Formats: sequence, structure tokens, C-alpha cells
Amino acid sequence: MDTDSPLLAALADDLDGSFETLVVEHQDRLYSIALRLLGDPRDAEEAAQDALVRAYRALAGYDAARIRELRLRPWLSTIVLNLCRSRLGRRGSVRASLSLDAALPGELEPRTDSAHGPAETVATRDAANDWAGLLRTLPVAYRSAVVLRHVDGLSYPELALALDRPEGTVKAQVHRGVALLRTAFEAAQRQEREEMTA
Amino acid sequence: MTTTDADIEAAVAALRTTAPTTLRPKVLADVGLADLYARFESPIGPLIVAWNGLGVSEVEATDDDAAFEARHRARTGRPAHDAGELPPRLASAIARRLDGDRRVRIDLDLRGHTDFERDVWQKALEIPRGEVRPYGWVAAEIGRPRAVRAVGTALGHNPVPLIVPCHRVVRSDGTIGQYSLGGPGNKRTILRAEGLDPDGLESAARSGIRFVGSDTTHVVCLPTCHAAKRITPPHRVPFRSFERATSAGYRACRECRPESGVLAA
Repeated sequence: MDTDSPLLAALADDLDGSFETLVVEHQDRLYSIALRLLGDPRDAEEAAQDALVRAYRALAGYDAARIRELRLRPWLSTIVLNLCRSRLGRRGSVRASLSLDAALPGELEPRTDSAHGPAETVATRDAANDWAGLLRTLPVAYRSAVVLRHVDGLSYPELALALDRPEGTVKAQVHRGVALLRTAFEAAQRQEREEMTA
Repeated sequence: MTTTDADIEAAVAALRTTAPTTLRPKVLADVGLADLYARFESPIGPLIVAWNGLGVSEVEATDDDAAFEARHRARTGRPAHDAGELPPRLASAIARRLDGDRRVRIDLDLRGHTDFERDVWQKALEIPRGEVRPYGWVAAEIGRPRAVRAVGTALGHNPVPLIVPCHRVVRSDGTIGQYSLGGPGNKRTILRAEGLDPDGLESAARSGIRFVGSDTTHVVCLPTCHAAKRITPPHRVPFRSFERATSAGYRACRECRPESGVLAA
């Protein structure tokens, strides 16, 4: 991306002098990606830390021309994504075997109320937790696509680079992921209505 | 109520968050562009230990965080961030090293120091707990027998005292000498904690004893060599010089190599 050019030039010129800028500019997005893929804040911080350290070591081994040609956003996304996937793999089959219902959050705030009243921040936070929980019910491939597109805001060409798939494929994965989220959200709402009337 | 794709996308977009403030210092420390530090209790009181992904970078006798951070930046050019506590593995490695276990590996970050300084510190690392060697011995062992004074200066600049045991290097006349970690009083305290008797060492040195031999093995040692400590009093033969020992038919101990530093001294 053009916006990366000054940073890439600085990294190519003086890695040690400019790496902190990379950390400052990208740490929130890498942490957000890791948190929404992994769910646990401590795991997410470790994954983001690991990703940035690996990025530094890779950059230290690249020549200046290669650094200038990097697409920083998708490149960093790929690094953190791979680290998150291997962490998810290491967690084993215990969580993967949980049923969809078991992973759904129990108390969904009515979305129409969430922007009003003194409980607004609590409601907003709960809503975020709900959506984060719903997101984690998605299979990893769809979760990754939705997180990179809609949490991180990568463009489809960037997403294709980050996931190393054709643009058409990643678009389909994002759309399918959003559709799965809708299904999960509606199921959760239905469950909540049933509990209120029971 | 219907939920549109735009609603879902907005809800997911709201999941973007900010990284914990601890992330940046951890990353920068991991790659060696910053350091973390924590307090450490030692036989001579509170220390601050600084480290990064390359290894331990500084040990200083202080409990003043702000002053330490300022000095650390002046010395290394890097910021130091309070980590609260040492990583458990590093804490136990340092404790074991201070207990005399030389096998425990502690990586050191000695960037910015000269090869000569590193050679001196590496040699100091080879001196066992409970033993001391003269400055001239270190100079001879690293192949710079005339650089005795420079060895003293390098030991004074040791950024990681205790971990690199520069307190085990003493003056060639047998007196304990200077110490960078809070002065010579601390050097005596540490040596005593390691099982040595600094006063006894100095009084023996004052009476002219520089070497100790065994009349059964005819091996001559530096006085604090663990082999010399095993010699029973009836078989213990003091020498004022290495030449006197060799001319009496003694050969040099292979562990403490007493001949090193004879030229330098």
C-alpha cells in the first residue's frame, strides 16, 4: 500500500531505528486479529508479540529492495494468522468437539436498546462479547476470512495475498462466514426468546 | 427485526480493539531494541537486573528505578521498562549461578563492548565459586600478559557483576582490591558468602605467601584452588614465588594454572 511506503523506506534504511514505528502502527490490528481468532487475551498478546518478533527477524534478513516491495499489512496478517492457527491446532480436539449451542453466549442484549440509557457502555461491551463469542463458533477458515476483512479491514486484494487464495475464493469465504454468523446470531436470539417465555 | 449484512459487518468491525500497553515493550525487548528490568534480592542487598531477548544486559546495586532507567539509557542507548519481576526461568538460573552452578546457561547481551572486555569477562566466568585469581592471571590467560591494568578496567566496566563473577579477581599482591558493585566492602561480603575468608587471604598474602604446594603430590597451586584446599596442614608447603616452587621440584596444577600471571606479576 502507498501508505506503507514511508515506513518501508525507513525500515529498509534503518531497521533498528524504525521498527518501533512498525510496532506502534500495527500492534492494535495484530492484537485484534489474534484476540478475535483465539478468544483469550493472554494468548492473543503472546501471538501478536510472537508475530512482531518474527517480522523483525525476517526484516533483518531481507535486503533493502525486498523490504521496499513488501505489502506490510497483508504480510503481517499472514504471520499472525499462521501463529494463531498453530495455537488453535495445539489446543486439540477438546474445544473443537463442543457443540455449536454450547459455545453460544447465553444472554444477548436486545440490539435496539444497546445505544441508549445509563447501561450503554456495559451493553456495548456485552454486545461485543456476544459477537466475539459468535465469531468463535465459526470454522477457522471462515473465522479468519471474516476477521481479516471486517475486524482488520483488509481489502479483498490484500485478503487474497494474506490467505494466499484467489480473490474470488476469499470473497466467497467472507460471504459464507457472514452468513454463518447471521445463522448463529438468529439461533442465539431464538434461544433467548424461548428462555424468557419459559 | 431483521439483521442485515451491514449490521453484522458493523458489529464485527466494532470488535477491533487496542493492544495491551505491555505488548510494545515486550516486542522491543525480545528483539533487543529495549530492555526490561526487575528487582532482585542478593547477599549484598537489592539489585536491579535488566535483560532483553539476547540476554541479561545489566546488573546494578540500586533500588532507585528512575535513576537506573536514566543510567541504562545513557550506557546502552536503549529504554528500560519495569517488568515487575524476572521471568521465572531467568530468576532460577541466576539463583543457581550465584549458588556456584557454572553449568547453568545465562545468555548475556554484551553488545557495544570490545572483544578484549568480552575475553576478560569470559575468563572471569571460568573461575569457580570459592576461589580467586589475580588480575595478572586473567591477563596471561587471555594472551595479553602485559594488559594487567586494562584487565582491571574491563572488570570495573563489567555490566553484569555477580553473573560474570568479577569479584573473584583480586590484586596480584593478594589484596582484595576494588569492586564495581557498590565498592570493596561488597566484594568481601560476596567472597565470604562464597566460602572464602578474605581477611585470611590478605594476611597470608601480606606474609608473602603466593602459592601453596603439597609435599606428597609435588603439585603447586594458587592458594584458593580447590586442589590446594584439600592439602592437609602437615603436607602444606607455602611458596613466595612460582620459581621457588619449580626449583623445589614442584609442577603446576592443571586446574588453577599458577604459572599464568607470573610473567605479568
